[in-house]
Amino acid sequence: MTVPNLVGAGLIVIGAGIGLGKIGGSAMEGIARQPEATGKIQTAMIIIAALLEGLAFGALFLGK
Amino acid sequence: MRVFKRSIDLAATLFILLFSIGVSANSSSDEKEEGPVNTQEEVEGYILHHIKDSHDFHLFSYTNSEGERKHVGFPLPVIVWSSEGLVSFMSSKFHHDDSGEHIVEAGGTRFVKLHSKIYELESGAEEISFDEEHHPVNAHKVLDFSITKSVFGMLLIGILMLLWFGGLARQYKSKQIPTGFGRILEPLVIYVRDEIAKPNIGHKYRQFTGYLLTVFFFIWILNLLGLTPFGFNVTGQIAVTAALAIFTLVIYTFKGNKDYWEHMLWMPGVPVLIRPVLAVIELAGAFLIKPFSLLVRLFANISAGHIVVMSLIAILITMKSELTVFGSGLLSFVLSLFITLIELLVAFLQAYIFTMLSALFIGMAVAEHDHGHDHEEDDAEGVRADFI
Repeated sequence: MTVPNLVGAGLIVIGAGIGLGKIGGSAMEGIARQPEATGKIQTAMIIIAALLEGLAFGALFLGK
Repeated sequence: MRVFKRSIDLAATLFILLFSIGVSANSSSDEKEEGPVNTQEEVEGYILHHIKDSHDFHLFSYTNSEGERKHVGFPLPVIVWSSEGLVSFMSSKFHHDDSGEHIVEAGGTRFVKLHSKIYELESGAEEISFDEEHHPVNAHKVLDFSITKSVFGMLLIGILMLLWFGGLARQYKSKQIPTGFGRILEPLVIYVRDEIAKPNIGHKYRQFTGYLLTVFFFIWILNLLGLTPFGFNVTGQIAVTAALAIFTLVIYTFKGNKDYWEHMLWMPGVPVLIRPVLAVIELAGAFLIKPFSLLVRLFANISAGHIVVMSLIAILITMKSELTVFGSGLLSFVLSLFITLIELLVAFLQAYIFTMLSALFIGMAVAEHDHGHDHEEDDAEGVRADFI
């Protein structure tokens, strides 16, 4: 692992972290506002988190 | 009914056997870690070696009173396609050598094992030699069809799933409510059908539920198998996840209906000049990005989980001098217990996400046309249909 690789990996993780934080935070808010929609919100949250995760892992994998 | 009972017995016996071996392997791997693996570099090498597939089923090693290294495990068959045709022999012939020194003669040619890969020596070469980048110069890789550790794990889980789900299906012929182990499986099957297949695919869900169920349980059980102390890392092999992603790709490519292909190749409702651009993006999305995201997500999650668990266990060794044996042992135990519990959740979640996204992609390909957007030619008809 060279220094540019590590910096790139760090940037990817920062970006993915911000994205996951926003997804999770909004889902929490949504659940707090409408507890009866918990199931639907969770499913949508997991799908979007999975798509984001795929993007982040793809970038990490290409930069390896 | 009797077949089902027998298969339950078989499964139970297998599991008890596996776990009893697992426990003994665990207790002796502690011994081993005190012995040979004790520096940071050795720990890293050990972890990276575990992540890879191997040609023999290695349970543990120890040093006996004469100072000899003993390896406990069992060999697996090596099947390779060499210049002399198909050659097979047991991996025990390599005598646990992984550096290319031990030469095996089989089927008229000679093989060496180097970093878990089988190489065939060129004719006339007496021993393997390397260039300065440590690539072998007088040996080449062969097509490897071996029953490796991962293949063994997949076969084991495949047979168990055939017995379990075959038994469950047979029970429904005679009565409505399953008994025994089927009571654990039935809610999971219904969960996959009602929560994953139906909402994502729609009313055509029946023909795809079989695939989704198979993929869900295959990934989940293999993820769980990876958390046992046998060192299976099947779903962390990129070839395995790639094959699973290709299955999904094949299904949504061949089951895609006319609308799916129309929206992919010649998107209705946008200016004509943009359509080829969209077609390129859609084609790249369908044939590269979707399968790539499926395969990399599963591979990276499971591999990362294994590396984290093993690194936390390695605290036992790497921090022994700072924290004493008791302190490092306690720290390692607490952290690895915590992460293993999270890994149990991840094992389910990754199987769920893979199945869910497969269902989503299939659902996109088979979705009925809903007239929800503007079409140049059937604009008025669509609006009329909406009102009627």
